[in-house]
Amino acid sequence: MGMTMAEKIISAHTGDQVFVGSIVRARVDLAFANDITGPVAVEEFRRMGAKRVFDPSKVALIPDHFVPSKDIPSARQAKVIRDFASEQGIEHYFEVGRMGIEHSLLPDEGLVLPGDLVVGADSHTCTLGAVGAFATGLGSTDVAMAWALGEVWLKVPPTLRVDLVGAMPRWVSAKDVILHLIGSIGVEGALYRAIEFGGEGLGQIDMDGRFTLCNMAVEAGAKAGMVPPDGITLEYLGPRAKRPLSPILPDEDAEYERRLVVDLSGLEPLVACPHLPSNVRPVSELRGIRIDQVVIGSCTNGRLSDLRAAAEVLRGKRVAPWVRLIVIPATQGIYLSALREGLLEVFVDAGAAVSTPTCGPCLGGHMGVLAEGERAVSTTNRNFVGRMGHPSSEVYLAGPAVAAASAVEGFIADPREVVGG
Amino acid sequence: MRLRGRVWKYGDNVDTDVIIPARYLNTSDPGELAKHAMEDLDPSFAASVMPGDLIVAGRNFGCGSSRQHAPMALKAAGVSAVLAVSFARIFFRNAVNIGLPVVEVESIQEEVEQGDVLELDLLSGTMANERTGKVLSFVPLPSFLLEIVELGGLAEYVRRRVLG
Repeated sequence: MGMTMAEKIISAHTGDQVFVGSIVRARVDLAFANDITGPVAVEEFRRMGAKRVFDPSKVALIPDHFVPSKDIPSARQAKVIRDFASEQGIEHYFEVGRMGIEHSLLPDEGLVLPGDLVVGADSHTCTLGAVGAFATGLGSTDVAMAWALGEVWLKVPPTLRVDLVGAMPRWVSAKDVILHLIGSIGVEGALYRAIEFGGEGLGQIDMDGRFTLCNMAVEAGAKAGMVPPDGITLEYLGPRAKRPLSPILPDEDAEYERRLVVDLSGLEPLVACPHLPSNVRPVSELRGIRIDQVVIGSCTNGRLSDLRAAAEVLRGKRVAPWVRLIVIPATQGIYLSALREGLLEVFVDAGAAVSTPTCGPCLGGHMGVLAEGERAVSTTNRNFVGRMGHPSSEVYLAGPAVAAASAVEGFIADPREVVGG
Repeated sequence: MRLRGRVWKYGDNVDTDVIIPARYLNTSDPGELAKHAMEDLDPSFAASVMPGDLIVAGRNFGCGSSRQHAPMALKAAGVSAVLAVSFARIFFRNAVNIGLPVVEVESIQEEVEQGDVLELDLLSGTMANERTGKVLSFVPLPSFLLEIVELGGLAEYVRRRVLG
């Protein structure tokens, strides 16, 4: 019987044949944490009695959540991981001004390659499966164990295979594909499962879109999201990879627990309404809901293609007078590309605030916290109660085109109507 | 391992943002986190929870962010175990890893009400409800996870390996 990508990658990191449901100890190729989860991991690492990380080149530390530090306690937390990186000789530490949101930065730096097994103390670590790795989010203690021993324990997951078919309409993006999937299967529809994307429709989705797809796998409860490497993957990795590429593909006769087909041609721009990412409706049914803030960025939609889509809607237009539009390129590299392309000028001309990379507003940390009763359209990934600020505030999740169109109108809006075509 | 405690009952999809809102994540001090446990779902919880109390919930408890601060906040607030129909996977690991017992009980929502007092035996997998007198059984945690819980968390478990 053939094997899924998840089974093959985990197997290659244990030395044993693995089966769905078996609990294994697996070697890790990269274990990382951020300024929120890192300090707890450092404390646990010390409690474990560990002195040195198993391999400093396989550890990364990225201050991205509450940086540039928003207050004194946050500054202390950032200092903990900065000092730990220095003490342990960890080269993959990325300081403010050279950093980015971890799930955009790490693959852009060539630190995640096909076939890798990656663990991160952040739930959106599943994003990294877009390059054909098995990448899963864990807590701080699990990552501390990986730092100490170079391994983690994992239960081998069954796989949900999602095949994309059909031609994707204009103004429909990868965000709409993943929102559609979460809306269909629910927030625990892939609990403990790996989601493997496939099908000829993937050829229309660039790497930026594939990161978006895998990013929100966790919003369906999944352990990992992954895309089998193809020409698009290899073209992206070519200039970035510093190790030889050895892609792992699923077997033709892999055994999937469940298979789904998504017809891209039937999709339209979607919005996930408060307070669950599965509460998905077409944007056309939500027009007229007045908003206070729009955020375009995050590990879900802060990449260059996302900024281009937003700029296409915003070019020559103005943000509604009562709306705050906050645009956050996900990495310094993306920031610089957007600057050189003139995208940042489009945003500032439209009346947007453009921020240095940070996760800040997505989790109600800083750079755009919502007050009582305020309502936001956001390209981020969660709309739970209080996610972006006061518990009575509301978050509507959408792709960059819907977010930009809504910023212009001041109400939830359809880019097909704001721009036409 | 035997536990006895009073029930705080909640529904499905209790996410880690309501268990401990990110606005309090500029510290990882368990005592500070405990002051805000469950704040956005139940503002009365942190002030009224007693040592040994139990959380009972529906499906997918602890979904969302991987913040270990969520089980840390509950444990420091005095919660001795969380019982749910199902758990989000990262919360489940994090709870075990800090020594907070987590138990999956399929019919928990029908069998237990707010304020009930339950007696649990984690080893044999039984749960007695003092109000109804009913005893339910559940699948106990695998022995290596129970060992981690009994040691107070994964750090001690690994310490024995590092030093051993």
